[in-house]
Amino acid sequence: MSRQGSRLDSKKVSSELLTLTYGALVSQMLRDFENVDDVNKQLERVGYNMGMRLIEDYLSRTNSLRCHDMKDTADKIQQAFRMYLNTQPTISNWATTGDEFSLIFETNPLAEFVELPSDAGNLRYSGILCGCIRGALEMVQLEVQSWFVQDHLKGDANTEIRVKFIRRLEDAIPAGED
Amino acid sequence: MSEDAVLECLHIELVNYVLSDKGVKGSENDLSDLEYIGFTTGYRIIERLTREWPRFKDELETLKFVCTDFWSAIYKKQIDNLRTNHQGVYVLQDNAFRSLMRISSGAQYLEHAPKYVAFTCGLIRGSLLNLGINSTVTAEVQAMPSCKFHIQVNRT
Repeated sequence: MSRQGSRLDSKKVSSELLTLTYGALVSQMLRDFENVDDVNKQLERVGYNMGMRLIEDYLSRTNSLRCHDMKDTADKIQQAFRMYLNTQPTISNWATTGDEFSLIFETNPLAEFVELPSDAGNLRYSGILCGCIRGALEMVQLEVQSWFVQDHLKGDANTEIRVKFIRRLEDAIPAGED
Repeated sequence: MSEDAVLECLHIELVNYVLSDKGVKGSENDLSDLEYIGFTTGYRIIERLTREWPRFKDELETLKFVCTDFWSAIYKKQIDNLRTNHQGVYVLQDNAFRSLMRISSGAQYLEHAPKYVAFTCGLIRGSLLNLGINSTVTAEVQAMPSCKFHIQVNRT
C-alpha cells in the first residue's frame, strides 16, 4: 500500500476542477433564476467577460498577428480551444460566402460529467463557449455571432457551434478629437 | 499552463456573478453562495482524486494530504505551514495564495480579499466532508497575498 507514484496529475485535476466548478456555477444560476432563458443569458455574459480577458493571454502566448480573413480566424479559434480546453474542434460547413463556419466538437470537456434533466430542455449548458468566442473576437475588432446548432447533451451526435461574421469594428475616435 | 488561465478567469467571473445584483436577492456582501459553489465542487472532485488511494489513517493524515498533494494539484504549490492544537483546530497557511497573487500586495484592496478566498473555503470544507471530516472553514487575510485557512472540526 505504498503511496509513492500515485501523486495526482495536476493537468488532469485542473481540467476536472474547471468542469466541476463550471457545473456548480450553472446549478447556482438555475437556483437563482426561475427562467432558463435568463440562465442562458447569464452564461453568455460570463463567457463574454472571460473571452475579453483570455484573448490577451492568447495573444501574448502565441504572438499571432491580425487575422486576414475568417479562414484565418477559424484556425486560431481552433488552436485556442486546443490550448485552453485541450480539445480540438473540426472546422467545417463553410458558407459559400466564406463568412460563416461551424466548430464541431467530438468531446466537450465542459460537459464531461453532465446529464441534463428533462425539464431543462432549453438550457444551453455550454453557452459560455459562445460568449467566449464573441468576447475574444470583439477585442480584435471582429463582431461575430455564435450559437449552438447541435448539442451532445441534447442527444445530437456532435456538439456544433456556428460562428458568423457580422462586421469589422472600426476603432472609435477618442473623445475630444475630431 | 494555459488551462489555469481559464480557471482563473472563471473564478473571477464566479465572484463577479455571485456578488452582482441578480435581481433575486441584493446580496452585496453575501459570500455564502460562493462558498457553496466551492463546497459542491470540492465534494465532487475529492471523490475522483482519491479513488485510487489507500484510506487515510487519521484526521491528521487527511489534512496532510490536503496540504500537499491536493493543494499542489490545484494551486501548484504546497501549503507553507500547517499548525494544529491536536483538538480539532487546524490552521493552513499559504504565503502566496494563487487567487490573491494578481492583486496588489499593498493594503489598498485588502477589504476585497474575502471575496477571493470564499470559494476555496468551500472547496476545503467539501473535500474534507467527503473524506469523513465535518468541519467549518474560515479564512483570514492579513497581508496580501498570504492567507490562513482555519479549519474547525465539528465533533459529535
